[in-house]
Parts: sequence; structure tokens; C-alpha cells
Amino acid sequence: MSENHKIIEIEVLRYNPESDDEPHLEVFKVPFSDDMSVLQGAQYIKDNLDGSLTFRWSCRMAICGSCGMMIDGIPKLSCETFLRDYYPKRIRIEAMAHFPIEKDLVVDLSGFIAKLESIDPYIIPKEPRTLEQGEYLQSPEEFNRYIQFTSCINCALCYAACPQFGLNHEFIGPGMMALVQRYNLDSRDGGSAQRMQLVASEEQGVYHCSAVGYCSEVCPKHVDPANAVNVNKANAAKDYFLHFLSPKGGSK
Amino acid sequence: MEIFKADVVIVGGGGAGLRAAIAVAESDPSLKIALVSKVYPMRSHTVAAEGGAAGVKKPTDSLDYHFHDTVGGGDWLCEQDVVEYFVKQAPIELTQLEHWGCPWSRTEDGHVNVRAFGGMKIERTWFAADKSGFHILHTLFQTSIKYPSIQRFDEHFCVDLIEEDGRVQGVVTIEMATGKFHLIEGKSVIIATGGAGRVFRETTNGGIVTGDGMALAYRHGVALRDMEFMQYHPTCMPVTGLLFTEACRGEGGYLVNKDGYRYLQDYGLGPLQDKPKNKYMELGPRDQLSQAFWYEKQKGRTFEHPTLGSVVFLDMRHLGEAHLRERLPLIYEMAETFMGLDPAKELIPVRAGIHYTMGGIRVDGKCAASLPGLYAIGECASVGIHGANRLGSNSLTEIVVFGKLAGDEAARYVKSVGPSNSASLLKQAQAVEQRLMALKTKTGGNERIAVLRKEMTHTMEDGCGIFRDEQTMQATCDKLAELRQRFKNISIDDKSSVWNTDWLTAVELDYQLDVAQAVAVSALNRKESRGAHQRLDGPDGAYTRRDDVNYLKHSDAYYVADGAPRIVLGDVKITKSQPETRAYGAAGEKADQERKASHV
Repeated sequence: MSENHKIIEIEVLRYNPESDDEPHLEVFKVPFSDDMSVLQGAQYIKDNLDGSLTFRWSCRMAICGSCGMMIDGIPKLSCETFLRDYYPKRIRIEAMAHFPIEKDLVVDLSGFIAKLESIDPYIIPKEPRTLEQGEYLQSPEEFNRYIQFTSCINCALCYAACPQFGLNHEFIGPGMMALVQRYNLDSRDGGSAQRMQLVASEEQGVYHCSAVGYCSEVCPKHVDPANAVNVNKANAAKDYFLHFLSPKGGSK
Repeated sequence: MEIFKADVVIVGGGGAGLRAAIAVAESDPSLKIALVSKVYPMRSHTVAAEGGAAGVKKPTDSLDYHFHDTVGGGDWLCEQDVVEYFVKQAPIELTQLEHWGCPWSRTEDGHVNVRAFGGMKIERTWFAADKSGFHILHTLFQTSIKYPSIQRFDEHFCVDLIEEDGRVQGVVTIEMATGKFHLIEGKSVIIATGGAGRVFRETTNGGIVTGDGMALAYRHGVALRDMEFMQYHPTCMPVTGLLFTEACRGEGGYLVNKDGYRYLQDYGLGPLQDKPKNKYMELGPRDQLSQAFWYEKQKGRTFEHPTLGSVVFLDMRHLGEAHLRERLPLIYEMAETFMGLDPAKELIPVRAGIHYTMGGIRVDGKCAASLPGLYAIGECASVGIHGANRLGSNSLTEIVVFGKLAGDEAARYVKSVGPSNSASLLKQAQAVEQRLMALKTKTGGNERIAVLRKEMTHTMEDGCGIFRDEQTMQATCDKLAELRQRFKNISIDDKSSVWNTDWLTAVELDYQLDVAQAVAVSALNRKESRGAHQRLDGPDGAYTRRDDVNYLKHSDAYYVADGAPRIVLGDVKITKSQPETRAYGAAGEKADQERKASHV
């Protein structure tokens, strides 16, 4: 940082469950330079002003998925959002919407992780292969079919954006729909029938999506979960229809 | 105190820890596995690895080539029998990742593709665009979900190992969301906590890379080996230290100084090549490229940027936007987002920054530490494949090769030991709890964590930089001793139980100070120049050269409570490669030919 700092006001939604009844706002004055991210602003507060400020972070390069928060009401990764873009106005940072707050900017992600675990997010081999047989071959077309959906960093910003998840926490949600697609579309995988049961389910399934598309807008990795949701909707409908025709139920 | 009884406890949920967990689960599904991570596993720093993983793939390549590249790249400080095992297993484990869904980049005919990397004779780096670590980590994490015997302890911070009857028997953790202490019993413990780059200032390493597991083992009498060898990566983003992968150069990027001159040709890496040529110019090894940056700075040929400081430039303009977007999409976005520039049109300012901890917990070729039941894998370990300088793309392979091996070994070991005395383990765990609670609740301290941390990272950079001398290393050792004393007077703002990161950051700093001392004292003790440890001093400049007579040796640092570590030199295992002059570029090629001729 250079010597001639500008000062930006960062308004933080604070909540300590051991001492606060309700979350409340607290303003910190933070000297900053143009290269400083919102995350670095939070780190400045923790290092110099109040060591109790609590937030998750690690990589600083938008790949570990830890540092999501609401920044002026929009779900963003704080490491790749810059203070200069808000100055001279005050900037507000809050915990990600739609998740229970554990403390300050840290939310409870256990439900998100449980969903991840529920969708069988691994290759269920279509044709098992031994290591001696070497790699599976994948043509460029096969590769391009699923690769976009592998980019999800599990930052959960799409859940903070999703109005339906806000209403119904059972909804499997955009990120997991994209992950279902990631495996269903992989030429090595034969598990789509197994995964579709959940995707088409009444309580959690894809029909809860109201096609707002905000999830894709906030996705920092251009995974386009809205598109995945729509493909799944079509597949789930097909599955539902095939259910009447085939004794084994539908599959791809 | 919450208690969980496992058979194998794994501390660290990055690539190495996850691979080990899967190996235990597959070798015996009846074994209970506890996987402890201070973050959710997919946040682990494996996620940030970019370039790829080395394993012989092309018909023109051979295990022997990979072996010689690795041993020569490590300036002959590698355990050669371990390297032989490593290169043999590498393609098998990388294929295993492919079977589990890792989206390796492909050739047009559908096979896994490989790219060039520094110090490698043949292209053998398997890659998933420039997000190889991210894809490996998510593949392993998601695959691990398949195994019901793996019980995860996400966002649990490990504060100590429990040792009883001369063997490790568990760990104590703090559940971050509640502040509750847990005793996780286990007949064996595998440490997989990653490196210690955060003891330095400008580093590619994420905030969590604080050497925790190294300090845990060290305090239990296990040696930290070869800690003086810290890798400076030649192309990092100034100030933040974020990484521009070596694949930028593997794909054909140039390094130029302020005059636009490809300066590496002046440092034994030439002659100049237009296209990437293995082991020439920009595809030389990292230690030598970082040293060349230092020399350029001394010569006044770096660019002095008003806010970024001394930099050279990474030039990828000739590669074109389409190629860059396909092969280096993350790099492209990072340049745009963090530096506001277009790498297809502009030069990227870069300089050398701390990237990798070559040393670590001393283990044998089976990943076993000197404390029975304890294993270590990945960056926190020193299994012996990196020597004095790691070749890029060997470490992603390391985590899967040795993750698998340690998992198999630990699964075998737990069947050979008897039951634990749970009451006695609990008593020890309660003592650990008291010690940690005392740190949190104590009052009257006046040292801020951030201040001590800043002083530590600055002194490490001063004394243990790319080039070193006795005076500055001694000053760093003295400074660290001072910080160790001042740490006792630390003040913690947050006294709460839920998510107390203020407290845990203090514990991390405590770990870091131990590891930093091991690095600095090991460095001071090594009176020669080898790989990433380069000195400028000695009688008649004696320490500026490699000294195989006295220092073809590992340094083992042993913990001394309230004092400087004790350093003991240990033997290096040599099987088929006798130390010779380390050469790259045309000189390296000539040496290769001479060696071949002499073998005929």
C-alpha cells in the first residue's frame, strides 16, 4: 500500500451468537489502495481494528470458493471484488443470503454439503476398466459436453442468489443441478438413472426452479447452473413420462 | 470432550489426505477413517495448483528420463530409491484419477494430453487446462463421498497429537463452529497438512498454508528434514504473490527484462529458442530462473514499477488470445481481474515469490515417520523426491502416489497394534484442552498477532531469500528467537467459543514460528550452495559452490523447547545417479551426450 491512503467506510453485518440477540451493523474506516480487494479490507479490520471479525478465506484467487458474501446486496467472492469500485460510497458486507449465520460473515454450509453428498457426485462407471487397460478415451465432442459443468468451485453464491432456495431449503438448488449434469453428461459415467430420482423428486427436485436465472448471473466461474437446471427439467419430465411406459422406470 | 474412535486418523483433506483416505477405505472397508480438515476439503490448497502432474506418457519418454530429470533437478539431494518408486507409480496413479473422472485435457484422438514443464526432458505433464489442482482436488473429494467408512471432521482444527506407549494414538481437534474439543483416537495418524509458505511474505500460498502438521510432528520429536530448501517460483504476481503457472512458459511464454531482452540466455540456459525447447531458456528449473531474476535486479535490468516494485515481464502476446483462453483460462482471467491487463496484448509484470516447501516431516520410503504409527504425505512431508529443488508438476503426482502408499501402509499397520488405553488418552487430551484454553482466556498481553506475523514474514524474506549469507541468516535466527519470546505476551481480542478465528490464528502463528526457526537455522547451518539454497559468502566464496564432500547430506532439524533447533546431518540414498555438474540449455545437452557416450 502506498502512503497516501484513501479511507473507505466498510459496514459489516456483525453477529456473535454468544452475545448478540440479532445481527447488527458496524462501520469500520479502512485505509485502502486501488489494488485492494474487499477481502483485504476485511483482513485489515481483523488485523488492526477488531480481531474478532470472522470470515472464511484462503486462496485469494477465486478458486477455493471460501470467501463468498453479500457485497452491497449482491453475492460475490470478496477476493475478486475491489474496494475502488465502491469508493467514495460506503460499502456493506453481509453473510451470504439464505443461509443461517454462524458468526459474522460465516454461514452454516452443512445443508449445502449434505446436498453435495446426496447426488452421488462421482463416476459410476458405464464400462468398468482396470488400470492396466489405461485411460478411457474421450473425443473432443464428448469432452466439451460436460467440461463447463466441472468448473463449479462450490462457493454457494448461486444459493444466495436463488429465490426458490430462499423459500424452500430442501430444494436441491442450482450448483448441485450443475454437478448432476457434470456426471450425467460424462461419457465415462452410467449413473444418470440413479441421480435422476433425486432430481425429479417432489420435495427437493428440479421443478422448484422458477427460472429466474440469477444463479447464472452471479456464478463467478460461468458454470451456468440455470442451463443445467433446464436440461434437468427436460430430463426429469422425460423420466416421469417414461416411468409409465417402462417397468424399470426411465433413464437416459 | 467429545470422543471418536477411529482406526486411521488423517489430518488434512487436500489431495494427499483424500487419496490416503480412499486407499484405506479400499484396502479394508471395515477400518474406520477420520478425515480431519480445518476447512472443507475442497478449499484445501491443492485447489490452487495450476500447471499439472508429471508422469511418463509418451512413447519417446521413459521412467529413467523422469528419474534423471528429478534427481538432477533436485541437485542430487533426492532419495533415489524413492524417486524410482515415484516415477514408476506416477502414470498408474494419474490414470486412476482419470478413471475417477478428472477432466484431463485431451488430444484430438481422445487420449490424455501432456505439456512441457521446466527441467523435464520430455513433455510429461498431465494437465486439466490450468486448473489441474482444482480438478484433482474436486475429483478426489467427490470420489471420497462414495466410501461410507470415511467420516469427515470438516472445519476441525488439529491442536495436538496424542502419543502413548511410544506410538501415536490419536489427535485433539477444536470444532471451529462450536469451539468444542474432540479427542479422535486412532492407531495410526497420517499428516497431510501441506506446506508452510505463509511463514514468508510474498507467497503463492493461500492463508491456510501455515505448516500446522509439520509443527505438530516436530514438537513430538520427529525431525523436519531439508527445511532450508524453500522454492521461489519465478513468475508470481507482485505484492499479492498469486501464481502465474509455469505452463505459461510451457505453452511458449517468454521472460523478458525491462529492455525486452530474454535474459535467461545469460545464465547458462541458452542459446535463445523461438519455440519452447525442453530444459532450455524459460523451461529451465525454477531455482535457476528465480536466481536469474535476482541477478537481473542486481544489474539494474529489472523494471522499477512505482507501486509493484522490481519486476520482469512474462510475454505471451505471440501465443494469441484463442490459444491462451483454451490452455490458460484461469491465468487469462487472473491477469484481467487482478491486474487489469490483457495477456494477449500486454506484458505481465512478475517476480519470484515463495511457492513450495521442499523439506518437511522426515519419513522413509513408505511414508512412515520415526514415531511409530505416524505417517506424513504431500508437501508437509519429506519423503525424498524433491531434493534441493522440486521440478514443477512433480508435487501433484506426489500427493496421489504417496497418498495411496501411506493409506495402504497405515491400514496394514493398525492391524499390528493392540488396543488403546482410552482413559489415559483422554487425560492427555484434557491437558491439551487446558493449555489451549489458557491461551484463549489469558489477559494482559499486548502483542498483536498481525504484528508478530508481519515481522516473521519480513525477516524470513530478508534472511532466507533467493541468495543468503551468514550475517542476514543469523539476524533472522535472532529475530525469530525474539518473536518466540514475544509470542508469550500475545493478546487475543476474541474470547468467544463459536468460530474463534482470532484464537486459531494465534495457534497457527505458534506453529509458524516453530517451522520458521527450522527453516532459518537449517539454512544457516548449510555452508554450501545447492538448488534453492544459494549463499554469497564463505572463505574465498567457498559457500557459493556445491560441496559434495561435506554437504551431500540431508539436514534434520530437531525441536528444542524454548531454544533453537538442533541440526543433524543425515545420509542421502544414491542408487544409480552419481552427483555431477548440473547443467541446462546447450551445456546440459552436451553433458547428456557425453554421459551416453561413456556408457556405450
